[in-house]
Amino acid sequence: MSNEATVHGHSEVTTHEVHHDDHHGHHHQDTFITKYIFSQDHKMIGKQFLITGIVWAIIGGLFSVLFRLQLGFPDQSFPILEDLLGSKWAAGGKIQPEFYYALVTMHGTVLVFFVLTAGLSGTFANLLIPLQIGARDMASPFMNMLSYWFFFLASIVMISSLFVQTGPASGGWTSYPPLSALGDASEGSKAGMDLWLVSMALFVVSSLLGGLNYIATILNMRTKGMTMTRLPLTIWALFFTAVLGVLSFPVLFSGFILLLFDRHAGTSFYLSDIFLASTQKPLPNEGGSAILYQHLFWFLGHPEVYIILLPAMGMASEILSTNSRKPIFGYMAMIASLFAICVLAFLVWAHHMFVTGLNPFLGSFFVLLTLLIAVPSAIKVFNWLTTIWRGNIRFTPGMLFALGFISMFISGGLTGIFLGNSTLDIHLHDTMFVIAHFHIVMGVASFFGMFAGVYHWFPKMFGRYLNNTLAYIHFWITLVGAYLIFWPMHYEGLAGMPRRYLDVSGWVSFNQFDGLNRFISIVSIIVFAVQLLFVFNFFYSIFKGRRVKTPNPWGSNTLEWTTPINPGHGNWEGEIPEVHRWAYDYGKDGRDFIPQTEPVSATESKH
Amino acid sequence: METQIVMEQRKRIHPAKFTLWVGIGSIVMMFAGLTSAYIVKRSQPSWVSLNEIPRIFWYSTLVILASSVTMQMALRSFKQRERPQYRRLILITGLLGALFIMMQWFGFKAIWASGTTFAGAGAGQFLYIIAGLHALHVLAGIIALIIMSFRAFSTKRRNYNPVPVEVMSTYWHFVDILWLYLLVFFMMLT
Repeated sequence: MSNEATVHGHSEVTTHEVHHDDHHGHHHQDTFITKYIFSQDHKMIGKQFLITGIVWAIIGGLFSVLFRLQLGFPDQSFPILEDLLGSKWAAGGKIQPEFYYALVTMHGTVLVFFVLTAGLSGTFANLLIPLQIGARDMASPFMNMLSYWFFFLASIVMISSLFVQTGPASGGWTSYPPLSALGDASEGSKAGMDLWLVSMALFVVSSLLGGLNYIATILNMRTKGMTMTRLPLTIWALFFTAVLGVLSFPVLFSGFILLLFDRHAGTSFYLSDIFLASTQKPLPNEGGSAILYQHLFWFLGHPEVYIILLPAMGMASEILSTNSRKPIFGYMAMIASLFAICVLAFLVWAHHMFVTGLNPFLGSFFVLLTLLIAVPSAIKVFNWLTTIWRGNIRFTPGMLFALGFISMFISGGLTGIFLGNSTLDIHLHDTMFVIAHFHIVMGVASFFGMFAGVYHWFPKMFGRYLNNTLAYIHFWITLVGAYLIFWPMHYEGLAGMPRRYLDVSGWVSFNQFDGLNRFISIVSIIVFAVQLLFVFNFFYSIFKGRRVKTPNPWGSNTLEWTTPINPGHGNWEGEIPEVHRWAYDYGKDGRDFIPQTEPVSATESKH
Repeated sequence: METQIVMEQRKRIHPAKFTLWVGIGSIVMMFAGLTSAYIVKRSQPSWVSLNEIPRIFWYSTLVILASSVTMQMALRSFKQRERPQYRRLILITGLLGALFIMMQWFGFKAIWASGTTFAGAGAGQFLYIIAGLHALHVLAGIIALIIMSFRAFSTKRRNYNPVPVEVMSTYWHFVDILWLYLLVFFMMLT
């Protein structure tokens, strides 16, 4: 540390400079292992998160294709499934009930946590935070590396649970007790459930290590001139995402600890007065409350949907502004609405529990707070639309996906108003309406945000472009397909068709949906195939894509485009650039764009 | 000397310390989750409360308070470059921490012997889990202390950077205060 003061004799020494000129002194040679595997470079860790997330997305998506086969064609058999999956899970080419529930459970767990939490915010927080705030790396690159490896461990444990004899966890992605607490209650509540809990605990550790780092980095390591109100909205969104994660995941963790004790130590936090049909025995547990778990779970569970959604919002804001060549509309309102969403996220968890016997009076408060979220959401939508309004729009693939994100967010958000009402929820709870709502607003919308981010920042990640033709095919089929899959589910849900059921053909009233279900299943297979096209494009372009020739291919203002085309560890070769303005000076004073590093000139108009 | 200049020049908190504070926030949320579960359960029928808190928890409280004092003294002697005293003090802190965990263990055994086992979902079961998790956090602190004392006894490298010691002491005081909170919580709401 002793030479730093001499290096930085001038008065404005910021912490990151102190930190990193340290690294600068000794350029050690990277081996394959330190560069690609146990890397502490935030950009490489981001890519590791992304590629692991892609692998998980393929697995999780495949699960949905399998159970859609069952839902669309309940009376047909597919002998190939027996060949692929064995006679235990797909006897006679029909998906067996235990397997079906395992598929549904793992689809939810994988997509919510492993893809849209780790794969989305893990990727882009790692990639973008140091690059956009002007830091050489995270506050603690080592913790950052640990964060990825805990995620990797969690992935290994979760994958291994697919191969145990009794199958993976199958009590739904929420793992409600008593089903999840009693090994005798179902096949999926045995070893698979334990592995699920261990994997999720590791996942929580990973996400906390990451979140701590993101917060510390954003607040402490910004370059000179990068005040909080000059941060790009991506960074604000990732900041609130990290805050949500750091405050809510520990609560989920405490719920899991109690569940583990109920499973193995004989406590009865969640168990009371149970007669188990499978063993024909009454259980000794008394005094527990299954609802307690739901409170602890949804205290995370609701912020979790914003953990998934906020990064997508931030990236969409940035990409929309860049590709409309217009400043973002209402920058401060965007931050304020992110903050409002972040606060409200903690105050609405019981709207998942309206039908648990929750006091209706208490429920009315949760209705109010839930509907309040419509306000910041509407502000954001309004600002996005006014940002692109009369803009000079460039329809890059990233831009298309950002526009698709807005479309999904609006359509899915509107049905949230139905579900947020405790009275309507009595009818709609646990129907396909809920599936349609959250897949559109949270699942597909966030996926669109993620795709927008991948297409937009791929040149920064790999120094090459993705193939545009494949990208446009990917976009249009995914957009149309997503609506074709999820829109009809609203009608099924309004008619009362329950979610999670293996086969609804026993109810005459749902027979009218036979054709619709087949249709949804076929479309989902097509959409899944198109995602594989994206995966092909992704890996092909890493090695063979068109090379990026200019450091700033999109004409963007933010700092990541001031780095070399293929930045090394440390990001900037010389000094870290200084920031003089906000990130959104597009189309100002007759200039197309003014990067953040350019000083404000005396003749410039005010914004 | 020059380190001092850098320390004065930077106005922002050191990232490692800041990370610790955010981490403390998340640990607090975990215990807040558990203690609110306790409060919710307590208002429900068939709640079983504890007869009394074992006396040994009072002594263990004294031990962890003492260890906080020695930690603070260790930090001071580190800053004053009194290396032998610093070594002694962090060893004592670690030993007091270990003693604390042992006493907690005996406290659990006393509760267990009085008939409160894992069966049920009352104050006793919550206490095992909440105080047990707290002891795990103390254990993590002891492991960190062991690593620090290896560094302190190393003759190869001399380190005058106070940040790790400051981070350590903040964490140690945190687990101390956390235990005080938990003890008061259990006393008031058995």
